[in-house]
Amino acid sequence: MKRLGLLLLLALVLPAVASADPPQPGIVHAPRPPGASLKDWGAELFAGNCSSCHGPNGEGLKDRGPSLEGVGALAADFYLETGYMPLHEPTDQPHRGTQLLSGAEVKAIVAYVASLRGPAIPKPDPERGNVADGLQLFTQHCAGCHQIVAQGGYVKGAVVPELGQATTTQIAEAVRIGPYLMPRFSKKQISDRQLDSIVAYVEYTQHPDNAGGWSIGDIGPVPEGLVAWLIAGVVLIGLCVVIGERLRRE
Amino acid sequence: MSWTRRIVAAVAAYRWWKSRRRQERITPPSPPDRPAETLLIALLFAAAACAAGFVAVYALGSVPRRTQFLGLSLGLAFALLSAAMILVGKRLVAQEQLEEDYPKPREHEQEEQDVVQLVEEGGDRFTRKRLLVISAGAAGTALGAALIAPAASLGPFLDVDPFFATPWSRGRRLVDEAGKPMSATDIERDTFYTAYPEGADREQFGAPLVVVRLQPSALHLPSGRAGWAPAGILAYSKICTHAGCAIALYRKPTFPDLEPKPALVCPCHYSTFDPASGGSVLFGPAGRPLPQLPLYVDPAGHLRAAGNFSGPVGPSWWGVRNRKPTTGTTT
Repeated sequence: MKRLGLLLLLALVLPAVASADPPQPGIVHAPRPPGASLKDWGAELFAGNCSSCHGPNGEGLKDRGPSLEGVGALAADFYLETGYMPLHEPTDQPHRGTQLLSGAEVKAIVAYVASLRGPAIPKPDPERGNVADGLQLFTQHCAGCHQIVAQGGYVKGAVVPELGQATTTQIAEAVRIGPYLMPRFSKKQISDRQLDSIVAYVEYTQHPDNAGGWSIGDIGPVPEGLVAWLIAGVVLIGLCVVIGERLRRE
Repeated sequence: MSWTRRIVAAVAAYRWWKSRRRQERITPPSPPDRPAETLLIALLFAAAACAAGFVAVYALGSVPRRTQFLGLSLGLAFALLSAAMILVGKRLVAQEQLEEDYPKPREHEQEEQDVVQLVEEGGDRFTRKRLLVISAGAAGTALGAALIAPAASLGPFLDVDPFFATPWSRGRRLVDEAGKPMSATDIERDTFYTAYPEGADREQFGAPLVVVRLQPSALHLPSGRAGWAPAGILAYSKICTHAGCAIALYRKPTFPDLEPKPALVCPCHYSTFDPASGGSVLFGPAGRPLPQLPLYVDPAGHLRAAGNFSGPVGPSWWGVRNRKPTTGTTT
C-alpha cells in the first residue's frame, strides 16, 4: 500500500519535472544599430529570436527547425505576419496569433531571410480574379480541408485553420508554401491568375452576402435545418397548442 | 329583364324567404364584445399596412437590407392576419360547451354475441381447412419475399464482376483534369495531383487516381511492388476503401523531423493512408489499404500505367478481398 502511494506521488511529480525544462527565451528586441542596413539588423534579430531552432545561419537544426535557405521573403513574411513564428515549442502546430515583434523588426527579419535566396512576396490582386472561378478552384484544391466556406476543420494530426483573418497576401503565400501539413501548389498547378480568383473567393467568404440576415455560422444547410426544426418547429407547435386551447368560461 | 335586375330580384326574394323561416336560437345568446371587435379591426388594418409595406419596399428597390425588410413586412402581415383569425375563433364567434355522459359499458351485450356467432357461422362452408391455411401461408410468404427482394439492390449481392473491373491496363497514359498527358517531370514533391485514364470514362469507380511524389529513399513498398513508383512517383485510387469518398486531402510535413509523415486523407471519415508504404491504413475506419497502380515512364517522359491496381477499388463489402481487379467496363 505504501509502495502504491509512493508510485502515485511519483506519477504526480514526474510530469511536472518533465515539463519544467529550460525556460523559453522571451522575444529579443535588438535596437537597430545606427547606419546598419535592414538586412544586418534582421540578422541580429534572427540570431536572438530564430536561430535557436533554424540555426545560426538559417541552415536548420535537426529536430528543432527546418532550413530557411531558398524559402525567401515569401515564407518569412507569411510566418511572421501571421504570428505563426516565433513558435513557442518546436513540436507545436503554429497558430495565428499576435506578433510580439514590431512591424519594423518583422520587415528586418524578412529582409535577412530574403538574403538566403528564394521567392519574393507575391502581390495577388483579387480585382483581377473572379469569385465564381475562385469558388470552383477553392472546391477543387482547398475545400477538402478548409471547408467550402473557409471555416477550417481537421486532418489527422493537425487543426486546419479558418481563413477569416487571412489577408490577400497571406492567402497567396500559404498556397505557394503549404505551411505545416498543407500541401504546396506550384504555379503549374495554380497559376497566378487562378490564385487571384481563389483570393477573391476567400475574401468573399470573409464578408459573405447573407440574404437571410442570419448566417448561422456560414457552415451550410445542417445548422439551418437544425434552426428550422428545433427552434421554428417547437415555436410553431407551441403556437398550435395555444390556438387550440379552449377558453375557460365562467 | 336585364341580368342585374334578375340578380337584385333573386337576392330580395332570398332575404324575404330567410326572414320568414327565422328559427329559435340553438346556441345561447351572448352579448357583443366591442373591445374584441375593435382589436380585430385594428389587427386587420395593421396586416393590410404591413402587406402594403411589402409592396412599397419591393417597388422602391434601393432600400438598404431590402431582403430583410421584405421578409419582415410579409411575415408580420401573415402574423397579424393569423392573430386576427385566432381572435375571431376565440372571442367573437358564439360558442357553447356541452357535456355528455359516456355510454354505459356492456350496453349492447346481445349484439356482441350475435357478431361472434355470425363470424363462426360464416366459416361453415369451408371443407379443406388445412389446405386453405397452407395456400394462404404460401401467398403471404411469397408476397413478403417479393417486398424484401429489392433490398438486394442496396449492395452487391449476385453480380459483383463490374465492381472488380477498372479502365487501367499496361500502357494507358495518365491525363490531368484538362485531358493533357502527365509528364513525370511535372510531378513535384509536397503536393498532390488528380489523374484520369486517357480515353476512358472518368465517372467509373476505378478511373480517378491521386498522384504524389516522395523521395525514393523514403519508400518502403510491400514486396512485389519494386519498380511501381518510378522516381518516387506513386499513384493510388482516389476512392476511399471505407465508404467510397474521394481522397481529397494530402497531408505533408513542412519539417519532417517533428511533424507527422505524408498521408492521404479522406475528408468523409478521416481514413488516413500512408503513400510511402503502399497505401496502408494509418488511422480511421478504412479496413484495407488504398489500391496502388503501378507506373512507368515512357520514352516521351509521360506517365503510364504498368498494369492494374494492387487490390479491388472502391468501398469494401463482404468478400471484396477474394478477387483481383480486372480490366474492363465498370459500373
